[in-house]
Amino acid sequence: MGRFLQVVVDGVADGSIYGALALALVLIFRSTGIVNFAQGEMAMFSTFVAWGLHDGGRPLWLALLGAFAVSFLGGMAIERVVIRPVEGGRPLTVVIVTLGLFVLVNAAAGWIWGFTNRGFPRSFPSGTVGLGGVALSIESLGIIAVLLAVVGLLWLLFQRTKVGLAMRAAAQNPVSSRLVGIGVGRLLMLGWGLAALLGAIAGVLVAPRLFLDVNLMGGVLIYAFAGAALRGFDSPLGAVVGSWIIGVTENLAGTYVSAIGADLKVLVPLAIIFVVLLVRPSGLFGIPEVART
Amino acid sequence: MRLLRVEAGSRRLRMLRAVALAAAGLLALGLPFNSNPVVNGELTLVLIYAVAALGLNLLVGYCGQISLGHGAFFAVGAYTAAVLIAKAHLPYLLSVPAAGLVTFALGFAFGVPALRLRGLYLALVTLALSVATPPLVKHFEGLTGGVQGLPVPQPTVPGWLPLDLDQYLYLLVLAVAAVMFLLAANLTRGGLGRALVAIRDDERAATTMGVDRARVKTLVFASSAAYAGVAGALFALALGFVAPESFTPVLSFVFLAAIVIGGLGTVAGALLGALFIEFVPQYASSVNQALTGVLYGATLIAVMYLLPGGAAGLLGQLRRRLVEVVETPPPGGRPTGETVMEAGTVSSSQGGGLPAV
Repeated sequence: MGRFLQVVVDGVADGSIYGALALALVLIFRSTGIVNFAQGEMAMFSTFVAWGLHDGGRPLWLALLGAFAVSFLGGMAIERVVIRPVEGGRPLTVVIVTLGLFVLVNAAAGWIWGFTNRGFPRSFPSGTVGLGGVALSIESLGIIAVLLAVVGLLWLLFQRTKVGLAMRAAAQNPVSSRLVGIGVGRLLMLGWGLAALLGAIAGVLVAPRLFLDVNLMGGVLIYAFAGAALRGFDSPLGAVVGSWIIGVTENLAGTYVSAIGADLKVLVPLAIIFVVLLVRPSGLFGIPEVART
Repeated sequence: MRLLRVEAGSRRLRMLRAVALAAAGLLALGLPFNSNPVVNGELTLVLIYAVAALGLNLLVGYCGQISLGHGAFFAVGAYTAAVLIAKAHLPYLLSVPAAGLVTFALGFAFGVPALRLRGLYLALVTLALSVATPPLVKHFEGLTGGVQGLPVPQPTVPGWLPLDLDQYLYLLVLAVAAVMFLLAANLTRGGLGRALVAIRDDERAATTMGVDRARVKTLVFASSAAYAGVAGALFALALGFVAPESFTPVLSFVFLAAIVIGGLGTVAGALLGALFIEFVPQYASSVNQALTGVLYGATLIAVMYLLPGGAAGLLGQLRRRLVEVVETPPPGGRPTGETVMEAGTVSSSQGGGLPAV
C-alpha cells in the first residue's frame, strides 16, 4: 500500500509538470485557437537559459528568475513577430508556422549550447518525508505545491484583475473587445508571454529528473497534449486534472503492468490521445464545439 | 517580354507539353549513367521521398488535412516489404504493391474515425501515431529485428541488363515513381481532385454541392497512406536494411516540410521538396550540426509568409513569364488571360484579399 501511494504521488508530481505545459497550451489555444507545437521547445530553451545563468555563477534562485523573465519577454516577442502575421489564418498555415518555430528553436538551442546533455540542479532538497508511514519525496511534494500555486495565481489573474477580464474578453470575442477599446493584440502578446513562463516552470522542474539537452521537452509535450486533450483543450482546470490522470496512469502502468514496462510507457498517453480524440473529439469530459456561421 | 504566346487547347500547346515531358523523361532516364554510385543512391532516395511527399501532398495540399504521421505509414511500408522479402521470401517486385495494399488498408481503417477530426486534432492523432512507431517496432523484436534492425536481401540485376546495381535500383524506383506520379496527376485533374479542393476551400459548401465528404476524405487518407507505404517499401529495397532510427517522428515532419517548401497542392512540388530534404541537410550538416534545423525552420516560416505556393509556385510564375497561354477568343468576345481559369493560383495567392468595401 505504501508503495502504491508513492507511485501515485510521483505520478501526480509528473502530472503537475505536464500540467504546467498543458496550461500553457490551453492558454494559447483559448485565446487564439492555435495549438502551439513549439511550446515544449520554447520551454527547453528557457531551461537552457536558467542553466547558462547558473553555470555563469549566479545562485539558482536568481538564475530561475532571470530565465522566467527572459521567457516571458521572449514569448511576447514570438507572438508579435512570428505568430501575428498568420493569426486567424488557415489551421494548416498556423500549424506549419509553429512547427517551423519548433525546429528553429530546437536548432538555435543546439547551436548555442551544443547537443550533449548535462545535469540540472534541483530546486528542491532531495530526501523524503514520512507521512502516515509512507515515505514521500520532498521533490514530488514541492512540484505539486508549485503547480497548485501557479493554478491559484492564474485563477486570481483571470477572475480578479482587470487585465484578466480583458484577456478573457479578447479570447471570447476579439471583434467586440476591440470595439470597447481593449487592446487585443497586446493581450495576445501577454498570453504568449505567460504561456512561455509556464513552459519555463515546467522545464526547470522536469530538467533535474531527466538530463538537460535539446530534446528535453519532446516527451513532456506529448504528455501535455494528452492531458489537455482529455478536456478538449479549452479548460485550464481540465488540463491540470487531465495531466494528473496521465501522470498517474503512466506511473501505475509502468510499475504494475509488466507487459508495458519502461520501454512502452510512452504509449500510455498516446493511447489516451488516440482513444479520446477518435471516440470523443471534443474531449472525454469536454463539451462539443458549436460553430456559428 | 514573353517569349511565346500559345492558345489554350491548341495543337501547338499540346506539342510543347509533350516535348517538355519527353525531355524531362529522358533526363531522368539518363541521369544514372553520368554519375557515380553514391550520387545515384542519393537520386534514388530523392525519388523515394518524392513518392511519399506526393502522397502527403494529396492529403495536405489538396484536401487541407494535416498529417504528422506519414513517417509511420512509411515505416509500415518499409517493414512490410522487409518482412515479406526477408522472412516470407516473397519476390521483391511483389513486396512493393503488397506494402501499398497493407498501408492502404491501415490508412482506411485509421481514416474512418480520423475524418471526424478537423485541423489541429488530426495533426495530434497522427503525431501520436508517429511517436508510437519506433517503440512499437523495437518491442516486436521477433518480427522486426528490434533495435538491431532487419537486413533486406537486395534485388539482383537481371542477367540480360547491362546495368550496375545502383543504376538498376534507380531505374526501378523511377519506374514506380513515374506510375505513382501519373496516377496522382490523373487523380487530381479528375472529379475526385476537384472534390478534394472543394473540401479544402470550404467543407460546408462542398457538402452542399453534393461532395460525399466522408467517402472522399477516407479514400484520400488511405491513398495517401498507400503512397507513403510504397515509398517505404522502395526505401527498404534501396537501402537493404531497415531499423527503427530511420522512422522517428522527425521523418513525418520532414515529409511535411518537403511539400510545404516544394509547393502545397502541386504534383511537381513533391519532387522539388524531395530534392530539398535530400540535399540541403547534407550540405548544411557539413557546416554546422544545428544549421539543418535552422534552415528547415526558417524556410518553413518564410515560405508560409512569402511564398504560399512553394518552389513549384515560383517555377509556375517563371513559366508564365516565358510562355503565355491565352484562351481561344470566343466568337465576338474578348480573349481572357489564363489566370482567370486557374483556380489554383487564385486561391493560393489570396490573403492580400480584396479591399474592404
